[in-house]
Amino acid sequence: MKAPDFGYVRPSTLAECLATLNEYGDEAQVLAGGQSLMPLMNFRLAKPGILVDIGGLPELATTRWETDHVVIGALTTHDTIATSDTIREQIPLLSDAAPHVAHVAIRSRGTIGGSIALADPAAEWPACCLALSAEIELASLRGGRRVPADEFFLGLYSTDRQADELVTGIRFPMLDDRRAHTFDEVSRRRGDFAIAGLALSCDLVGPKFKDIRVALLGVGDRPVLARGAMSVLEDAEPSDATTETAIEALSAELRPPDDPMYPPDYRRQVACVLLRRALNKLMG
Amino acid sequence: MTRVFPDLVGAEVPRDRAKRLLAGRGCFVEDISPPRTVHVAFVRSPYPHARIREIVSGAAATAVGVIQVLTASDLEYVVAPWRATHDRFPEMRAPEQIALASDVVRYQGEPIVAVIGTTRTLAEDACELVEIEWEELPQIGDVAAALSPGAPRVHETLDDNLFFETSIASGDAEVALAEADLVVERTFRFHRHTGVSLETRGILADYDPTEQRLTVHQSHQTPHQQQDLYARLLDLPEHKVRVICPDVGGAFGLKHHLYADELVACAAAVLLGRPVKYIADRFESFQSDIHCRDHEVHARMGFTSAGEITGLVIEDRFHAGAYGQYPRSSVAEGNQIIRLTGAPYRLGAYRADLKMAFLNRGILGHIRAVGHPIAATVGEALIDLGARELRSDPIELRRLNYLKDADFPLTSAGGVVFEKLSFDACLNAALSKVDVASFRNEQSELKARGVFRGIGFNTFVELTAIGPEYYGEGGQHISAQETCLLRMEASGQVRAYVGTTDQGQGIDTGIQQVVAAGLGIPLDDVEVISGDSVLSPMGGGSWGSRGAALGGETAWNASQKLRSNLLAMAGFLLQKEPGELDVHEGRVTNPSTGATHMSVSEIARTGHFRPYTFPDDLPTDLTVTARYASRGRLFLAGNGIQVSIVDVDLATGLVQPIRHLVVHDCGRILNPLLVREQIRGGVVQGIGSALYEELYYSEHGGLLTGSLADYLVPMAPEMPDIEVAHVETLTKTSELGAKGAGEAGLAGAVGAILNAVNDALVPTGAILTEVPLSPPRILKAIEKARRP
Amino acid sequence: MTPEPQSHVPISLKVNGELVTAELPVRLNLVDFLRGDLGLTGTHIGCEHGICGACTVLVDGRLTRGCLMLAVQANSTNVETIEGADASGRLMVLQHAFHRSNAIQCGFCTPAMLLSAAELLRVNPRPTRDEIRDWISGNLCRCTGYQAIVDAIIEAAA
Repeated sequence: MKAPDFGYVRPSTLAECLATLNEYGDEAQVLAGGQSLMPLMNFRLAKPGILVDIGGLPELATTRWETDHVVIGALTTHDTIATSDTIREQIPLLSDAAPHVAHVAIRSRGTIGGSIALADPAAEWPACCLALSAEIELASLRGGRRVPADEFFLGLYSTDRQADELVTGIRFPMLDDRRAHTFDEVSRRRGDFAIAGLALSCDLVGPKFKDIRVALLGVGDRPVLARGAMSVLEDAEPSDATTETAIEALSAELRPPDDPMYPPDYRRQVACVLLRRALNKLMG
Repeated sequence: MTRVFPDLVGAEVPRDRAKRLLAGRGCFVEDISPPRTVHVAFVRSPYPHARIREIVSGAAATAVGVIQVLTASDLEYVVAPWRATHDRFPEMRAPEQIALASDVVRYQGEPIVAVIGTTRTLAEDACELVEIEWEELPQIGDVAAALSPGAPRVHETLDDNLFFETSIASGDAEVALAEADLVVERTFRFHRHTGVSLETRGILADYDPTEQRLTVHQSHQTPHQQQDLYARLLDLPEHKVRVICPDVGGAFGLKHHLYADELVACAAAVLLGRPVKYIADRFESFQSDIHCRDHEVHARMGFTSAGEITGLVIEDRFHAGAYGQYPRSSVAEGNQIIRLTGAPYRLGAYRADLKMAFLNRGILGHIRAVGHPIAATVGEALIDLGARELRSDPIELRRLNYLKDADFPLTSAGGVVFEKLSFDACLNAALSKVDVASFRNEQSELKARGVFRGIGFNTFVELTAIGPEYYGEGGQHISAQETCLLRMEASGQVRAYVGTTDQGQGIDTGIQQVVAAGLGIPLDDVEVISGDSVLSPMGGGSWGSRGAALGGETAWNASQKLRSNLLAMAGFLLQKEPGELDVHEGRVTNPSTGATHMSVSEIARTGHFRPYTFPDDLPTDLTVTARYASRGRLFLAGNGIQVSIVDVDLATGLVQPIRHLVVHDCGRILNPLLVREQIRGGVVQGIGSALYEELYYSEHGGLLTGSLADYLVPMAPEMPDIEVAHVETLTKTSELGAKGAGEAGLAGAVGAILNAVNDALVPTGAILTEVPLSPPRILKAIEKARRP
Repeated sequence: MTPEPQSHVPISLKVNGELVTAELPVRLNLVDFLRGDLGLTGTHIGCEHGICGACTVLVDGRLTRGCLMLAVQANSTNVETIEGADASGRLMVLQHAFHRSNAIQCGFCTPAMLLSAAELLRVNPRPTRDEIRDWISGNLCRCTGYQAIVDAIIEAAA
C-alpha cells in the first residue's frame, strides 16, 4: 500500500518547528526516523494532515553532558546509542538494550525520541527510561518542561506530550559505579518486538538492593514500572526467597494485553522468568 | 543395463541466471512498465461473510488519476465465471466463482471493486472513496461448526457446507486395531499457513484490440495453464494469448492458480486496450494468497507387543475455504494426507477418511509439499508414542516396520505405486552421521544442567512428478507432459526451449547440463529458454517437483535425437558409421583414441548453409523436439529421513533448533549444489511451519496476522546449519532416473522438530500434537502434564 | 514564521555517484522513487512495512529501508543501490561468492542481502557464522536455507 497524501513541512529551526506544531496541533505529526510512523502510513493507518519532518534540526541529534546528567537528543539513532563508547561508560543499560531494537537497517534511522514519543508498549527505550528514572524534555512555544518518565507514558501510544510539544531529548542521570543494571527480553526471532522485556537498575551496596527500579515492556498498554516487585526488593537482601516473593508480586501486578498469539498468562510468566534471570545475574 | 551418463549430469554447476540477479539486473513483473501503463487497486471485503447491499463509487470514478472503476456488472460480458471441478471427484462441490463479488462475499479479502488509476497511489486513494453498504451474515470459521446440522451455509445454493468426503481402506483396520496389543491414539492439529513468496503476486496485462492479442507478464509458475485460462475465460483465441513468466520472486505453489484479481487485470486491459498492472501488496497478499494446512487429524495406530504395526486409522477434518481453488481444485492436500500417512511402513490394515467443509475463509490450496508434512508428522509422531508405550527404541521400531527392499515394487496401503524406496539405507546413512548413543549421554548431562535437548526422527515419502492421469482424467487443462525443442545454430551452439519454468530452483541449469551432456557440447554452448507460452513448447511449468524428473527426461530425449542426427551427418561427411563416432566437448571424435575428426559447428554450418551436401534420406534436422509423458502412474515416489536436535527452554517455551540433518533419495541428482540448498530452503520453511508460522483469526473471522510483523517467517539467526546427504535409488521408468526434490525439505522437517521437542520434554511428561509449537502451547502442555 | 506545508518538494541528491534533481510528491517513498522515477529496479519491494528488508539501500553509507524513508528526506544525501554501490570492490567479491555457493534462488532478496553483507564486512571483516546470521536478521530470504548465504559471506571474508 502507498502512504496517503499529507502536507509536508521541514522546519530549519526549532522555533519554526514549534510554531508549526503550535499552528497545526493534532493535525500535525512529527516525523523523526520514521521507522514506526512510515509503516503505519504505508498501511494507511496513520493519516497525518501535516507531516513535520524534524530531520533538518541536527541540534536534536547531539548528546549533552551536564554535571550529573546526560541528555540524549531526540534524533539520536538507535545505532548511535548502540555504538557510543561514552554511553556504554555512563548509561550501560542503554548500550545493552540497543542491540535488541529491531535490525541494523532500522537502527540506522530510528531514533530514541521517536520511540519515546510513539510510546509503543513493546519498545525498549520507554522501559529503559522508567528503569533509569529518566526525564523527557519537551519544548513548545509555551516554553520547555521536563516530565519524569514515570508520568510520561499514559496508555497505548499515549503520552503526556501535548500536541504543540516536541520531544527534544531524554535526560538520564549518570550512573555511578555502585549502580548495577541488566536488560533482557524474550522474542521468538532476533529483532522482533519482544513478548516481554525487563530493564532493571539498582544500587547494590552492601548486602541490600537499594533504589531498585524494575521496568517491563510488552506486558501492558504502556511500559510498566513494577512497583509491587520493587517494593519487595527495596532494602531486601538478595536471596532465593526474596526472588520468589518479588516474582509473586510481579505476577500479581501485571495486566498483560489479551492477544491470541500470546495469552496474558504467558506474557506474565515470561516477565517472571526475566525477573528471575535478572536477579540471578545481579546475585552473580 | 545402467547407462553411464557424462560427468556433467550430476556436476555442481552454479546457475548462469544467478549472475544477472546478483547484479541487480533481474527482471520481475513490477520492473516492466510499458508506456501508457495503468494500475489497479482493489476494494476488498472486510467481512468474512456479508451481503453487498449497494456500492457507491461515483466519487472514486471522478477522483484525480482514476481511469475507470469496475464492479461485477462491468465484467459480466467480459469474463466468464468458472467452477473448480475435478472429474476424478465428481461429488466434490464446485460452486460458481466470478471475478468480482456482486452479491455476497464469502471471505475476507474477496475483491469487489477494481479501481484503475494512472498510479497505484491514486488508485488506492480512490478506493478509499468507494462506499459499500453491507449486511453482515453469520460467518463459519471452523470445520466442526460448518458440518453441524443447521449450520449457516457458506453457499446458499448448496444444502449444507460439505465440500468433499472420501475414504480409502486396505484390509479391515478396525479389526486390526481391536486385535492390537497397544493402540496409540492422538488428535493432531495443524494450523493455517500461507506461502509468503518475497515477491508478491503480480501481473502486467496488455491488450491490442486490433489483433485481439493479449500479452501477459505474470509472476507465475505455469504460463501455458494461464494462457489457456485467459483465452477461455476472456473468450480470446488461444494463439493470440501470450503469457510470459519473467523472473519470479518465489512461488512455492501459491503462484500456480488463477486469482480473481489477476483475471480482473486482464479484463481491464481488454476493456481499456492498454497495459494494466496489478502488484499485490503484502497486506492483500496475506488475505488473498492461497493458504494451506489447517487440518485436524485424528489418528490411531495399533501395535503388537513385539512392536509390529497392525493397523492405522486416520480421519482428516479439513476445508477448502470459501471455494475450491481453480483450476486444480482443493482436494489434493487432504488426498495426499490419506495417501501418505504411515506410508513408510508395513501397515497391516489401513483406513483413512477425509472430510472437507466450506468455510468463510480465504481459499485453501496447494502450497509446497501439499499434505506431506502432515502425513509424515502424524505417522512419525505415532511411531514415537508407540515406542514410548512399548518401551522400545524408536529407531528400532521404525526399522522393524519399514517397508523392506524385497517389498518393492508395491502399491501402498494408501494406493500409491512405490517402485523402490530406500528407508533402511536412509536411516543407516543418518545414523552414520548422528551418534544417537552419545547424544543420549549428552542429553542427560545437559538435563542435569537444566538444558532440555531432544532428538527427533522423521521418515517421509515424497510424491513428485505427477503424471498426466491426475489432471487429465480430472478434465483440467493442465499439462503433465513436457516437450523440449532444441535448436542448433550454425555455430553449433544450442537453444533449448522448455515447458518447465525456473523460479530459482535452478531447473534451467539442470536442463542445460542434461542437454550439454546429451549432445556432447560444452555447457556454455547451451542456453535454456523457459517461461514464455509462445517460445516454450506446451508444458506444465514448475510445481510438484516435476522439473528434473519430467523436464530433465524430456531434454535428455531431445538431446539424443539431435545427437543422433549430428552423428549421422558426421558419419556421412567422414564416411564412417555413426557407431564409430562420438561427440565430446563440441567435437566429433574417435571414441577409442579420442582423436578429433571435426567440430560440431562444422556439421551445423554444413547442415544450415550447404544442406545439399547430404543425401535426402539422411536425418539432417538441427531443430528437434522430443516429448515425454509418463504412463500409468500418478507419481514418482522418493523418500528420506530428517533428524532434528532442539533445545526447549522450559521457562519460556522457546525452541531453538541446534542441528538438522536430511538424508534424501530423489534418484539421480542433476546438480547437487542446487538440490542441497533447495532442500535446506524447504527445511527452513518446515521449521517455520513447526515453530512460527500461523494465521490467526478473531472470533468474528477477521484475519489478525496481516503483516510480516505478526506472521513470523524464519529468519537467519534462529535457523541451524543443515546437513544434507543423499542416497540414490534411480527410477527405472526413465532414462535419467531422476525423481523430484522440492518437497522433501518441508515434508520432513515439521515432524522431525515435533518429535525432537517431545523428546526434549520427556522429563516433563508433556506431549504436543499441535503445530506450530508456539511457546504458549509448549508451556500449556507442560502445565497440563504437571496437573493432569 | 510557520513554513507553508508543501505537496511537492525539489530535491537534489547523489544516486550511485550521479547527481539527480527532481521535484517529488512528498508522500513518495525512497524505494518507489529509485525504482519508478530512476529505473533502478534492482532494489525490490517486499512488504512496505520495514520487515522483509528487500528494499534496503545505502543512504550516506548506512543501511536504510527504502520503504521507510520519504524520497524527499533523501535530499542532499548520497544514495547507493545494487546498481552502483561498489566503490570498495567488496560487493563484487560477494557476488562471486554468492554465485559459487548458490546463495541465491529467486534472487528477489539478493540485492539487499548483498548490500547488507558488504556493510557487515566493512564493519567486521572476519565475522563468525553467528555474527553473520545476526547481522542479516532483517533480510528475509524465503528460498534458501540461509546456509549458503552464510557460507558465501564467510568465503568473501576470507
